[in-house]
Amino acid sequence: MTNRINDKMQENKKLLSIYFTAGYPSINDTVQIIQDLENSGVDMIEIGLPFSDPLADGPTIQESSTAALKNGMTTETLFEQLKDIRKSVTIPLIIMGYFNPVLQYGVEAFCKKCEEIGIDGLILPDLPLDVYEAEYKSIFKKNGLINVFLITPQTSDERIQQIDEASDGFIYMVSSASVTGSKEGFGNEQTAYFERIAAMNLKNPQVVGFGIKDSETFQTATKNAKGAIIGSAFIKHLTKEGVNAIPEFIQTIY
Amino acid sequence: MKYHVNEKGYYGEFGGAFIPEMLYPNVEELRQKYLEIMYEDSFQKEFHQLLKDYVGRPSPLYFAKRLSEKHGCKIYLKREDLNHTGAHKVNNTIGQILMAKKLGKTRIIAETGAGQHGVATATVCALMGMECIVYMGEIDIARQAPNVARMKMLGATVRPALSGSRTLKDATNEAIRDWINNPVDTHYIIGSAIGPHPYPDMVTRFQSIISEEIKWQLKEKEGRENPDYVVACIGGGSNAAGTYYHFLDEKEVGIIAVEAAGKGVDSGESAATSALGKIGIIHGCKTMLMQTPDGQITEPYSISAGLDYPGVGPMHSHLYQTARAEFYSATDDEAMTAGLELSQLEGIIPAIESGHAFAIFQHKTFKPDDVVVMSLSGRGDKDLNTYIDYFKLA
Repeated sequence: MTNRINDKMQENKKLLSIYFTAGYPSINDTVQIIQDLENSGVDMIEIGLPFSDPLADGPTIQESSTAALKNGMTTETLFEQLKDIRKSVTIPLIIMGYFNPVLQYGVEAFCKKCEEIGIDGLILPDLPLDVYEAEYKSIFKKNGLINVFLITPQTSDERIQQIDEASDGFIYMVSSASVTGSKEGFGNEQTAYFERIAAMNLKNPQVVGFGIKDSETFQTATKNAKGAIIGSAFIKHLTKEGVNAIPEFIQTIY
Repeated sequence: MKYHVNEKGYYGEFGGAFIPEMLYPNVEELRQKYLEIMYEDSFQKEFHQLLKDYVGRPSPLYFAKRLSEKHGCKIYLKREDLNHTGAHKVNNTIGQILMAKKLGKTRIIAETGAGQHGVATATVCALMGMECIVYMGEIDIARQAPNVARMKMLGATVRPALSGSRTLKDATNEAIRDWINNPVDTHYIIGSAIGPHPYPDMVTRFQSIISEEIKWQLKEKEGRENPDYVVACIGGGSNAAGTYYHFLDEKEVGIIAVEAAGKGVDSGESAATSALGKIGIIHGCKTMLMQTPDGQITEPYSISAGLDYPGVGPMHSHLYQTARAEFYSATDDEAMTAGLELSQLEGIIPAIESGHAFAIFQHKTFKPDDVVVMSLSGRGDKDLNTYIDYFKLA
């Protein structure tokens, strides 16, 4: 079977991906959130494995992570919740988190568990490219997992080429120099960056994240890119409106 | 066995640069240039000139006669407490501010626990006319009020870290987030021997002036460069790294590290990383850290803000793992008692951090002719309120 991420990237449309923190607002919301997102027409989901020290995240994701951990979320609990997820959900599922919890679970055991469940990829922002290639690539491959790398406006063309070479699903394009959830809209600087990357004709499609919060930012981000990821804005919506109001949020985006 | 960093940024299996891509350009630039910049003649000249005329180095190596009599060995104190700003931290901030200038940076950020590194950073920023933002845990802001006031007087902005345990770990997270948000003009002056490579090595090299001086000072006093033991307290481990550096490959020198046991290693309120930690990733490096079985970083505790950190620098993890260093831990009570003893035997009030090092005499007996060099990493002025409360001095 080919990876669901690769199949999704072939579809002739702009993709909406949603990030949420597992275990938030309540510990047992995970499956309902995933199902409602798929039923609302979302193309891909990033399931956030909460971490005590999420240093690339702004206050919204930090707070949801702290709350999720307080609710008792653990790696094992998440895997247990996701055990039967493929009976009801067909879109690509990615686990996004920091490297330490994966390292403590055991990288091999973690990847094997993902494969059993039907997880398609991982995003581990603090697992660097060189360490991945030297130590973990074969484990990811063996378990059919796509590892997604980030690029930022400061990433050099040379390194972008390197990352493109190492990627086999999509490239996570961080929209601006910021932690998650902290920038207001997109300016000329972002547009220029989006166009610069588009002009590089990379082999991997790009999905933009950080700073996407509504229809307007989604449109701007996907003008050149294949898709965009909404995280903090979705979590804010969950906090305010609760888990039963997911379709309403997605409808405002597209 | 090799105790220094290798070309890939590792000490054995510890170290590396586990950073999100957002930090890669800055850390990579630093990695490529730090050694070259640091060992330029002009850099070395300016660095050493400032250490001499501004910091007041060399710091004395003082024979502590009464303390020696009490503990039955020859105890020397390396007086980092006499440096300008009152601790060893300034050795590193002088070096890093010169580095930041060479890299063309105009804005400085730092994290601080006890406030000593924050003060040392605010000081060099004032000296060089650079903007300075210091992140400090909300709890530490409360318990280290004099240092907060000093930073503000020096022109720095002190921003509270409100997440997690609201101490050093969280201040470091906030500083890293600031760096992600300001990747172009900003240099992050990390104060401890932690962080992604090349930070642990860079900080260690700037602090290595401590052991460089100990060597020639001890030669003058004892006729030999190498003591039998060097002893330092360890939080992240910058004063320890500097104190050990030139002795790492001198097999006859025993290396002793004293961590903060808080209310007791097994009390659940401790910062004794070597006893309680496991290998993991914190603040960009692979090292020993206190964490849950699930890989969540544990909130540490120590009466001393400077040691209240759940990890230890990668160099120290390697020294622990290879048994090159002996690790001890001292409780709050032991450290406070040792601080009082030093005050009353030698007329020197140490920082509570340094008090932990002096608690070694409650754990280990030395031989009468052992020469023991103690890193007296900072002075106790900032801790007076804690001493007053603890000993009911008011």
